[in-house]
Amino acid sequence: MRHLPPPPPDFRARLAALPPDPRTAWEGLAALAAHALSPLQTNALDAALIARFPTPPAFAAAAPLRLALLGSATTEHLAPGLRVAALRRGIPLALWSPDYGQYQAALEGPDPALAEFAPQVALFALDAHHLAQEAAGGGSVAALLDRLAALWARARALGAVVIQQAALPVAPPLLGANEHRLAESPAAFLAAFNAALRARADAEGAHVLALDAEAALAGLGAWYNPTYWHLAKQEIAPAAAPAYGELVGRLLGAIRGRSAKCLVLDLDNTLWGGVIGDDGMEGIVLGQGSAGGEAYVALQRYARGLAGRGVILAVCSKNDEAVAREPFARHPDMVLREGDIACFVANWGPKPDNLRRIAQELNIGLDSLVFLDDNPMERDLVRRELPMVAVPETSDDPEQSIAALVSGGYFETLSITEEDRERTALYAGNRAREALREQTTDLAGYLRGLEMRLVWRGFDAVGMARIVQLINKSNQFNLTTRRYTEEDVRAVMADPAAFGLQLRLLDRFGDNGVIAIVIGRVDAEGDCDIDTWLMSCRVLGRQVEPTTLNLLAARAAARGAKRLVGRYVPTKKNGMVKDHYAKLGFTMVGETPDGGSRAVLELAGFQPAETFIEVVEG
Amino acid sequence: MPTETEITAGLSEIFAEVFGREIALTPALTAKDVPGWDSFKQIEIIMATEERWGMRFSTRDLDGLRCVGDLIAVVAAKGK
Repeated sequence: MRHLPPPPPDFRARLAALPPDPRTAWEGLAALAAHALSPLQTNALDAALIARFPTPPAFAAAAPLRLALLGSATTEHLAPGLRVAALRRGIPLALWSPDYGQYQAALEGPDPALAEFAPQVALFALDAHHLAQEAAGGGSVAALLDRLAALWARARALGAVVIQQAALPVAPPLLGANEHRLAESPAAFLAAFNAALRARADAEGAHVLALDAEAALAGLGAWYNPTYWHLAKQEIAPAAAPAYGELVGRLLGAIRGRSAKCLVLDLDNTLWGGVIGDDGMEGIVLGQGSAGGEAYVALQRYARGLAGRGVILAVCSKNDEAVAREPFARHPDMVLREGDIACFVANWGPKPDNLRRIAQELNIGLDSLVFLDDNPMERDLVRRELPMVAVPETSDDPEQSIAALVSGGYFETLSITEEDRERTALYAGNRAREALREQTTDLAGYLRGLEMRLVWRGFDAVGMARIVQLINKSNQFNLTTRRYTEEDVRAVMADPAAFGLQLRLLDRFGDNGVIAIVIGRVDAEGDCDIDTWLMSCRVLGRQVEPTTLNLLAARAAARGAKRLVGRYVPTKKNGMVKDHYAKLGFTMVGETPDGGSRAVLELAGFQPAETFIEVVEG
Repeated sequence: MPTETEITAGLSEIFAEVFGREIALTPALTAKDVPGWDSFKQIEIIMATEERWGMRFSTRDLDGLRCVGDLIAVVAAKGK
């Protein structure tokens, strides 16, 4: 876990001196979790966590998550690393495990205790010895995957998202380099299983925990020690348990939509060698001619690869802006160009202030930022002032920067949507829109000039990835912040009383992608409860809200609704929609003690608002 | 090569971290004598000992462990 800073020297003392207030204690525990803890420290932190919070607290930044840990050998030693990795992401984790080796019986029963636990995630942590036994019995990889797929389906029937662990390549080869030619080889069976697992998992909607890839990265010895297998049937070595937890934690973060969205890059000695203000264009180390220069190119390529699959890139540098921009515009070996950077901030102000500005300009939360900077003082300052910003440990060695970003897995993503691939273009479109806004003198003229079309569809399989992504990622413009998994969305599609809307906004500068989701449910009295209404902040101020209401009112009325019932459930982040329903002409009918509210709109007298957006089904 | 005294001192630190309290180590001390010394703690002790002296125990090393004195002897033998 090289991306995390070393633990404080007074780790034990801080653990022993947690404040009595539960919220402060939780934050203190989360702060301690944000270090590269040894296995013993991880266990000690977990013991303190359990002692303080026997059941997961409801007040944490993220809602508690229930995970069924389904193992075929010893898994107890993995629990502390799992809970600590979840804590690191602000997620309180509740764990349930069947009796030793009883995962299949627990699912097939199903075990009433498992059904009562109602897992949201089922982690199939099956050891490779167990999987390879199928080969010994003459079974095929296909038969094994059939058996697993049936169990995945049972876990999904309980409402769980499925994670299947790939097999660690623990079996010693019998033949050699061409092991695959030996039909009965356990090593060849495990390799074939790992290869076939991916396609099958995709077909069944299960996610893969790529232990095999991790073993290739760090060496099998970092994960597996036969002595502990023989001693305690621990296939994941206890020394690797924190890393295992972290790997699962990333997936849990992604399932919960808590993965980071934006990589913020320092420039001097991070993106190139040297200081552009002192060394000038000819003096900075970048590009062919030196190993160091090549290494900075490799880091830029990696950043560009991330951008290509949807990570937003930003710059935060202490420089004069014109000087900082020059290499982007003119250096022949720069891989990153100004068009790749969605937000470019170069000045002499403090970096925490500039990171706040970047988050604000991009309309994302500070906890969506990963800040890469070679300077330990800057990293320390940001960690202290903005603990929600991820700050990987690195140096002026670009290879270490890549390794830290890989090790952190900050941008773990479960699926790739069209919106992800087009994100850089989306931000380029925003710049063109900004230019139009500056040219036009009045807002109406600007909105008319955009030539907007709102294209709506019900929920469907094609849109599933983006629907789930938006439901789990949207924090600010989100009235109820209800997080749904793919299973939950399918349940909405199957529910005759419910309807889901996915809305795509197009304009003359391009396709903004699917930017809003609404879920409504009509009851026998004709009340249409607005279960979910969320929108991407990048289309704020474009009249999407009243246009969406026009559509929602029409769809609800078509299903026999007489009134719309909206709800505002306050969170730390959604203050911007507190008056959403009042602004749209709803009547406020009640407030909750936590600042939430309920609002009603009678459809009989509803007059659709006139907007500059054309609504189209498609 | 660590001496027996150095090993005992190092193990005392490990035991203090594992159990969250000071444990007075004697060669004859066994798991039965220490409340909370279960198989989970046993593995923590072994793992931390391996880590501290940069060594790796074999299954035979572990099978021979009956008391703290055995652990000291294994570390001393491996450290040679």
